[in-house]
Amino acid sequence: METRFTQSHEWIRLDGEIATVGITTYAAEQLGDVVFVELPEPGKTFAAGAQAAVVESVKAASEIYAPLSGEVTQANGALAGDPAKVNVDPEGEAWFFKMKLKDGGALSKLMTKDQYTAFVKGA
Amino acid sequence: MMNAQGRPTSGEAVIAADAPTTSGHRGLDHEEKLIFEIGRSHVTGVDLPDVALDEFRLGGLARKHAIGLAGLSEPEAVRHYVRLSQRNASIDASFYPLGSCTMKHNPRLNEKMARLPGFADIHPLQPQKTVQGALALIAELARWLKELTGMPAVAMTPKAGAHGELCGILAIRAALEARGERRTRILVPESAHGTNPATAALCGFGVASIKANDDGRVDLAALEAAIGPDVAGLMLTNPNTCGLFERDMIAIADMLHRAGAYFYCDGANFNAIVGRVKPGALGIDAMHINLHKTFSTPHGGGGPGAGPVVFSERLAPYAPLPLLVEDAGGFRLIEDMEEAHGQGAQPLGRMCAFHGQMGMFVRALTYMLSHGADGLRQAAEDAVLSANYILASLKDVMSAPYEGPCMHEALFDDAFLKDSDITTLDIAKRLIDEGFHPMTVYFPLVVHGAMLIEPTETESKATLDEFIAVMRAIVAEAKAGGVDRFKAAPQLAPRMRLDETKAARQPVLRWKPA
Amino acid sequence: MRYLPLTRDDRSAMLAKIGAAGIGDLFRDVPAAARGATFDLPPHAGEMEVERMLSGLASRNVAAGSIPFFCGAGAYRHHVPASVDALIQRSEFLTSYTPYQPEIAQGTLQVLFEFQTQVALITGMEVANASMYDGSTATAEAVLMAHRLTGRNRAVLSGSLHPHYVETVRTMAGLAGDIVIAPPAPGRAEDFAGLLDADTSCVVVQNPDVFGLLRDLAPIAEAAHAKGALLIAVVTEAVSLGLIESPGAMGADIVAGEGQSLGNGLNFGGPYVGLFAAREKYLRQMPGRLAGQTVDAAGRRGFVLTLSAREQHIRREKATSNICTNSGLCALAFSIHLSLLGETGLNRLARLNHARARQLADRLSAVKGVELVTPAFFNEFTLKLPKPASFVADALADKGVIAGVRASRLYPHEPRLDDHLIVAATETNTDADIDIYAAALREVLA
Repeated sequence: METRFTQSHEWIRLDGEIATVGITTYAAEQLGDVVFVELPEPGKTFAAGAQAAVVESVKAASEIYAPLSGEVTQANGALAGDPAKVNVDPEGEAWFFKMKLKDGGALSKLMTKDQYTAFVKGA
Repeated sequence: MMNAQGRPTSGEAVIAADAPTTSGHRGLDHEEKLIFEIGRSHVTGVDLPDVALDEFRLGGLARKHAIGLAGLSEPEAVRHYVRLSQRNASIDASFYPLGSCTMKHNPRLNEKMARLPGFADIHPLQPQKTVQGALALIAELARWLKELTGMPAVAMTPKAGAHGELCGILAIRAALEARGERRTRILVPESAHGTNPATAALCGFGVASIKANDDGRVDLAALEAAIGPDVAGLMLTNPNTCGLFERDMIAIADMLHRAGAYFYCDGANFNAIVGRVKPGALGIDAMHINLHKTFSTPHGGGGPGAGPVVFSERLAPYAPLPLLVEDAGGFRLIEDMEEAHGQGAQPLGRMCAFHGQMGMFVRALTYMLSHGADGLRQAAEDAVLSANYILASLKDVMSAPYEGPCMHEALFDDAFLKDSDITTLDIAKRLIDEGFHPMTVYFPLVVHGAMLIEPTETESKATLDEFIAVMRAIVAEAKAGGVDRFKAAPQLAPRMRLDETKAARQPVLRWKPA
Repeated sequence: MRYLPLTRDDRSAMLAKIGAAGIGDLFRDVPAAARGATFDLPPHAGEMEVERMLSGLASRNVAAGSIPFFCGAGAYRHHVPASVDALIQRSEFLTSYTPYQPEIAQGTLQVLFEFQTQVALITGMEVANASMYDGSTATAEAVLMAHRLTGRNRAVLSGSLHPHYVETVRTMAGLAGDIVIAPPAPGRAEDFAGLLDADTSCVVVQNPDVFGLLRDLAPIAEAAHAKGALLIAVVTEAVSLGLIESPGAMGADIVAGEGQSLGNGLNFGGPYVGLFAAREKYLRQMPGRLAGQTVDAAGRRGFVLTLSAREQHIRREKATSNICTNSGLCALAFSIHLSLLGETGLNRLARLNHARARQLADRLSAVKGVELVTPAFFNEFTLKLPKPASFVADALADKGVIAGVRASRLYPHEPRLDDHLIVAATETNTDADIDIYAAALREVLA
């Protein structure tokens, strides 16, 4: 179960057929205190790179993009009542949504943890 | 007879200045509750006859329940609002170097003239023959705006700068439609004010960002590459949001016009060039003017503003209703689309009810008449001089991303703080303790930790020197490793730093009874 | 020049510090083609001279307070207590900026919080914003908000919505979807059922409407909700909310209003103050600024602008609106006036307005040939005259009575309305005014 990363600071973790998507610790730090998360509804389909969610902090708002094409199966309801979770555990408990991927193989095109770390350093 | 009731001539005991008081007030600084916590529903500060109605012609729609409003007697109301006012910074009381806001002195003659009954007590729909003076004033202000900008037409009704931007972009859309064209994109420099892309999106355009060159101006090559048959226009602020004059305005205008596109100019920074440069000579097609910036109408804690828009010949036909014309019968408003068509105009619609921000028109014209052409020119020159004076006096201890000269505002970034724990925000909050309203911070977004300082022309050199000395001292302290006084700031304001996260996570947007 | 503190010596010293030979150096980026501009404008003038010029222009207008005056149709002449103007002219209110540094703007922020509470209370809604430019743009923003909330884009507007408001909605929201306007029906409530469909995002109804008629919004709310659409209620006379049922109580989802009646004079149409309120669940799609309560580092209650992520300076092209400026000082005036009135005062003021209007309506409709078109009204009603209203209004003006707004000014292409006159009466009209109007009308129609 490997986690991959996008240039727009999302992470995606595939477990069998279902992939879990969230934002990276770096992104959460850049945003500052998260105050609101707008999540997609189960059943919605996205192409890779399409806007799937929005995360708002006091001073910024960021679009969250679907790393790969697929259909949303679940949104993380816990974030609605407690958006602060995103600042506490962005790469674990504060996942945004789960989706059934159109092509699980496409995962390998995304950055590995090391590649992402290097990407952020260079930014 | 000597007064035998002796009183000591000097203070007997010294109490620490920050010792708590029983009341919670501190001398002249008062804590003040909400009106709902002070007022009572049966109290009223207005004497009105209690007219009993035993027969309502209200169609059965009379209110069934109380509203829940609190009332105050006049003395309670005056005390409440005076105390609240004392918790506000204002340009009347202190230097307010807010970049891009043009916090200049608000002349009181403006207020006196706006309150003349002949202006304040006239209804927008009373017969036009009874308001010829008002229409003449609007026409005269329009004339000044056209003359100062070198543009042939002006739409007077937009209620604020952003509203003016909307008017301008709608005019561009209307012009394209009249040509039978449907273009889908508006170009905006990456340093643009947020209202620019928001306006473009409101008008149904996609937004493409143009990067700046190393000189802080629009990158001409990037612009050329971005211009195509689907581009409706460019929205550019000049001087730009970094406080720099866009040298290539004419080349940019030519590029756009050759491609059949339009050139919208955001006039927020007009104070730098008013009376000295006509934007019309730079090839623009439309420009909104913030009367509450360049022309001294008061900011009022956030509004009202006024944002008339000047138009080129290309866009003039699309100016919104109402149109103001003068003929043998005097001044007349054309409020009907068909009548406007009969005059050869194709108004894009109507931006708002009635005829525009008359109260702000009176104030702005009063200001213009006071300054005259020579005074306005001097104002622009002094504004630019003062900003450059600040830039020259601080750039050795702070970091300026652009060499200079700047126009009416000086831009710094936070590079000079990189070896400290101090942020731009900390500098701003510390300035509050020092008695200054902070400069604009974190705008424009193209520079890290931006600090944009616009002194305007209404500050004395003594004030500028004081500000410079204070900034130099603060910066030295930050670089020397000072932290606590910054992080704890402001400590001398009515409130310390407020929890904005809590305000957004658990919004409480009104008082509710317990 | 009295507003410019820099002296010649100051300027020289500053140029020296900068290292510029002259001011021209600092303008060197101006292209040659734009240099040497000349202006056909006069030189500076002293206060006395400027006053003389402005007073001359002012004297060519007939002030409403100088004669019997009965115009309404979206702007109403009310008496504003003297302390309101005195308070809004305090430096700290008049010359302060948007409260982006909340620690030194608690005055403004607390006022906005109080204003938001008052607006929510009088409209019967759950949350209100810190003001819009005016009622017409607030209405346009409400339509756009309804589109966003429902995912639909067809707006149905009442034919008795103020025509300027209709035109503003068309201009500002016309690109976002269809606008359907019912034909005007003075004195009658329209039947919306036939106009609503599965694409309708909202129904927009003004109450009291432009003819002054009082409308029961409850059945309209029901009809809208049945189709999954929202009801936007528009209020152009804020004082009416002191006596008639609130739009919230009648089922409105969004309320857009004009607050000019309280605290703000006629000012020939501006600056005014837009009121905007909605149900709490729609909060995140609301345009405009919001003041929210919080605490400071010392644990004391304080106020800040909040939920800014909706706004242009953060969301840019994805913002709920492009609004930056609000109508702060006018909102302050509204709030002070309403605080002075309180529950009791607003109720009395509203009753007085209604009584005056009823008295006037009875006197005028007793004149031969004059018919009262609006059976239920607050402080404004419409008369059907035996002669064209433009002739009658003009003749009355010559007799020194500003009789009202002829419907043809607002509806230039509805000939059946050419004999309709929209008349308002407020607490500022006296018995003598009413006597004069009735007598003059009788003469003009004889």
